[in-house]
Order: sequence, then C-alpha cells, then structure tokens
Amino acid sequence: MNTFTKEDILELVPQQPPFRFIDDIIELNDDGIVSSYKFKPDETFYAGHFPGNPITPGVILLETMAQTGVVAYGIYLASKQMPLNEIQEILTVFTEAEVEFTGLVRPGDKVIIRAKQIYFRRLKLKVEAEITLQSGEVVCSGTIAGMGVRQV
Amino acid sequence: MTKDEVFKKIVDILGKYSKTEIKMENISMETSILDDLKINSARLVDIVLDFEDVFDIEVDDDDADSVATVGDGVNLIMAKI
Repeated sequence: MNTFTKEDILELVPQQPPFRFIDDIIELNDDGIVSSYKFKPDETFYAGHFPGNPITPGVILLETMAQTGVVAYGIYLASKQMPLNEIQEILTVFTEAEVEFTGLVRPGDKVIIRAKQIYFRRLKLKVEAEITLQSGEVVCSGTIAGMGVRQV
Repeated sequence: MTKDEVFKKIVDILGKYSKTEIKMENISMETSILDDLKINSARLVDIVLDFEDVFDIEVDDDDADSVATVGDGVNLIMAKI
C-alpha cells in the first residue's frame, strides 16, 4: 500500500531518548530487518548498573531487540496493509519473549540487531532475533513477539 | 473427525497457553477462552495459527475475531473440515 523507506520507518518508531535503542535501519524487506545501535557512555542506566562497572542490562538488550524486531519491523509490515494515519494510531505492545543472554555489552559498544519473521497476523508479529557485537559475537538471541493495538 | 475429537484437540491447544491449570472435566463449550482460561488476546492469534496447523484449515481474520468460547472454536473448525 505505502512505499516507505528505511528512514520513514525509523521516524515512525515512537520510542525516544532516553529510551530509544535504534540508530539506523540497515536492511528492511518482507523477510526481515537489520539495524544498529551504539550504546552511549552516558546512557542513564549505567550509573546504577553497576556503579564503577557499567554493563548494559539484559532487559535493555531485550528492549533493543524489540524496538527493531517488533516495533520498527512491525510498522513496516503494517505499512503494506494500512494507510499512514492508521499506523500512527497504533501502538506496539510487547507480548512475549524467550531469550538467552550470552555476552556483555559495554558503554560505547555498537551492536547489530537482526530479526526474521516467524509470522505476522492480525497485527501480531513474532520474530526470531539476535544482537551481535561488531566482532560478530552473539550477545542476546531468542524469540520475541508484540502486537499493534489502537491507542486509547 | 467428530465434534468430540475436535473439542479434545482444542483443549490440548488451549492447555499450552492457559495461565491456569486446565482440568478437562471443567471445560465446556461455554468456557470463555479469555476470561475462564486466563489466556490473553495476543495469544488468541497463536491459538488460531495452531487451529490452522492441527486441522489443516485456513481461518481468516473475521472468523478468528468471532472465537470467544471453546464452543466458538469447535463450531468454526467443524464448519471448515
């Protein structure tokens, strides 16, 4: 229906700093999405997690995976089915996840987020996703899903 | 497949998603999937996808929206197999 560019989709992701964990969309098509994010040294959570030893929390990695794999990718897939004004009325909520954490992400690390579609039905999107460091090391992987709901 | 067999298979599918322990003898055609079995609406999408796989049918979105009770599921599937 619409022909949105990667930049258009990025702009439609509603999350904003300090809770936005997507910088660029590198690849985007019907099968999947690839994006990147650089964890800034001054992200709010590093002060407490942990004092003197900043490590990106697993829940933030999960959120990072979801902002790309479920939110941005979901907006793209929805854009093929509905007009822009309807997409803007929809909020993507997290519905479920089964993930594994296998590495550490430090302040300043740039990560690559990849997600592949398992299914997209009735605005529910389920994907297989992973986050890798630039070295290729996988730090977080699993299955996550979210659903577009009309905002009240 | 008989209505009873469909009913049993549906209960098996629902068991994967219910937050409360499903006791077969407590489930009837009137049991509400969302309210009685504590299954959230996002899981209904997975349940309908399981219906498609298990019974080898296709369920369009309007039909899927009509499924509220176990009986709705049984009747939907009986009409399609």
